[in-house]
Amino acid sequence: MAHVALADEGQDLAHPKTWIGAYVWSQDHKIIGIQYILTATAVGVVALVLSFMMRLQLGFPGAFDLIQPSEYYQAVTMHGMIMIVFMLTAFFLGGFGNILVPLMCGARDMAFPFMNMLSYWVYLLSVIVVCASFFVPEGPTGAGWTLYPPQAITEGTAGADWGIVCMTVSLGLFVIAFTMGGLNYVTTAFQARTRGMTLMRMPLSVWGIIMATILGLLAFPALLVSVIMMTLDKMLDTSFFMPAISSLGENLSHEGGSPILFQHLFWFFGHPEVYIVALPAFGIVSDLISTHARKNIFGYRMMVWALVAIGGLSFIVWAHHMYVSGMNPYFGFFFATTTLIIAVPTAIKVYNWVLTLWQGNIHLNVPMLFAIGFIFTFIHGGITGLFLGNVVVDVPLSDTYFVVGHFHMVMGVSPFLVVFGGIYHWYPLLTGRMLNDTMGKIHFWMTFLGTYAIYLPMHYIGILGVPRRYFANGSTEFLPESVQTANVSITIAALIVGMAQFLFIINLVWSLIYGKKSERNPWRATTLEWQTKDYPPKHGNWGPELPVVHRWAYSYSVPGAKDDYIDQTEEPSENTKGDVH
Amino acid sequence: MTATLIILAVIMGSVVFWLIRQTLNVQPWAEEGPIGQHHAGGPFSIPAAKIGLITFLAVASSLFSLFVSAYFQRMEYGDWTPLTEPGVLWISTGLLILASIFFQIARNAAIKSQVKKVKSNLLIAGIFTFAFIAGQFWAWQELHDAGYFLTSNPANSFFYVLTAIHALHIFGGLWVWSKTVFKLQNKAEVQKLRMSVELCTIYWHFLLLVWLVLFALLLST
Repeated sequence: MAHVALADEGQDLAHPKTWIGAYVWSQDHKIIGIQYILTATAVGVVALVLSFMMRLQLGFPGAFDLIQPSEYYQAVTMHGMIMIVFMLTAFFLGGFGNILVPLMCGARDMAFPFMNMLSYWVYLLSVIVVCASFFVPEGPTGAGWTLYPPQAITEGTAGADWGIVCMTVSLGLFVIAFTMGGLNYVTTAFQARTRGMTLMRMPLSVWGIIMATILGLLAFPALLVSVIMMTLDKMLDTSFFMPAISSLGENLSHEGGSPILFQHLFWFFGHPEVYIVALPAFGIVSDLISTHARKNIFGYRMMVWALVAIGGLSFIVWAHHMYVSGMNPYFGFFFATTTLIIAVPTAIKVYNWVLTLWQGNIHLNVPMLFAIGFIFTFIHGGITGLFLGNVVVDVPLSDTYFVVGHFHMVMGVSPFLVVFGGIYHWYPLLTGRMLNDTMGKIHFWMTFLGTYAIYLPMHYIGILGVPRRYFANGSTEFLPESVQTANVSITIAALIVGMAQFLFIINLVWSLIYGKKSERNPWRATTLEWQTKDYPPKHGNWGPELPVVHRWAYSYSVPGAKDDYIDQTEEPSENTKGDVH
Repeated sequence: MTATLIILAVIMGSVVFWLIRQTLNVQPWAEEGPIGQHHAGGPFSIPAAKIGLITFLAVASSLFSLFVSAYFQRMEYGDWTPLTEPGVLWISTGLLILASIFFQIARNAAIKSQVKKVKSNLLIAGIFTFAFIAGQFWAWQELHDAGYFLTSNPANSFFYVLTAIHALHIFGGLWVWSKTVFKLQNKAEVQKLRMSVELCTIYWHFLLLVWLVLFALLLST
């Protein structure tokens, strides 16, 4: 493919003259990124509080009158959907994607700033609609985050009237918002890179975000198709998914629909969604580890291609979520095989992170703590994934707490640790101040150790056979009393970890006012986002001239150089000649 | 899900093929120096708007292929009764083909900066597109009159949903078309509008292709 040597320096930028134009209806990618982050954080706190409700019920069944079965299932559903879609996806791609892609590629802004702004406002609308379901008659849907029909839209399930419609509409809006944002991230990375920024000089954060965006653009339509059909089944009595069914003694008008069809469509989105969250985390953690270990990333090309391979493979593993749906065993064999194959590029990445740390000049500051913590939790969650990828192991474990422990470690805790690491790393770039180090370290240790106190016992009680999704276990013969003791312990740990997150939020606000002023490029990183004209960067990022890139993003500890890093824009000289080897 | 997997394999295959060409034998850690010595770097020569549209077409391809996959899966169940497609669909297909042809003529004229020809062909293309939409509504009306309601059979439900989703995409295109026509009436430079005309043309060709696939699917099942 032909390249031209000049980025689109003539790109027209909107220059707002009012405060509202600059910070509310802003077309500046950094402001939009911050808007995404603030909204995702706010809705994430709602989901966190819902998890407190669930844990209080499981730890102390019947002690809280407020939590009845319907409320419990509504909390489970909203917690899951909000955390996965409205929090993590929005945070990584809307938040980090918006802030990092133009800055790390050397662009002034996104390719289509107006559409980018629109993306945020449609996202906000989707968040408002999903939160509105708390206030509609009968409250939000309690169908479980997978929204399986027929129970999701059948009387007797909490929120089967208004709640489920709010959910499907908000998901539809989210897909539209994501598509508008995603077109921007891809186009900006492919079209608006600055001079010298070849594809293979891009930091892995950008690679991770772009690959996740491509996955999202291709996979979210599956969610859109399923919610369109589900809404029609609900509102207009079609029978895409609804079989002939009796509800509360009455035969409903549906007949012949296929709930399994919904499962195929949902998981065709649902499995890539795991990687939509994981790939940006992979990219960001690579940059954190390399920067804070003062060492170039081990196997850069392998890291890029592992991202591509994981992205491609993620589309042919979806049915491993459906082993217990009565599928043909040969299908199960196929999907178990592809699931185990996807572990290969994933393992390559883990080895490369560890090998980057090996003999590195490791600085155990807060972002690095979170990055190393991620390696632990991700290996843990990844290995239990290998268990569940096998049909014969999955069938007995599928409906137990083992699965809850697994997916929280691999796509809950792990990406969250990267979110935190990323914020501690780039907070100075956006605010000009450092986050408080002591609060950061307390936040890390409470979160890291606390999540193990929550999720390790879940694996244990899962193997004992404790079923997930149950409001209360009651007195069941096959469950020893220690299960309840474990549940109490998990609940206490969950509340402590939850409180630690409020310490983090306090740190964000406190440091904005009282935090130590940050010097430019406090982590001595090589990448472009620290080389802007103003610090913190202003609208347009670069002043009159776009930066020119002379090397890749990982020139750390280069022999003969005066510093232990050479930034991407430094012109070749005696100082940098050790870079070429 | 075979239809979807084939489409996605083509899309991902294109991405991977392009990436291989960009990354094979590139050793970024061993390359330093002024621009042009190793790689120019920098962006595609393709304009941003075109890359945005091509990416959107990949998204729309995924969406329609998922509907087609769902169609195939759902029709395996016993309650599926094929409907008789109204004859007017042949006419509306012809209208969409004509719209696409006139867009192509407008695009060729835009390249040669023939303002009048661009204007007239764009207008004709738009009129044919509106006629296509009218044809689709007519087909809906005929089916409704014949008792093929949305809920009476899954085959009917799919027919209404597929045609509606396709029409929604057409409406999106018509919005861009109307902006382009409006600017032309206000004597904006053809040079500046060349890209809009070209993007409309690509989009209409794509929607024609999607409609031909959907129509063939509906006729054959």
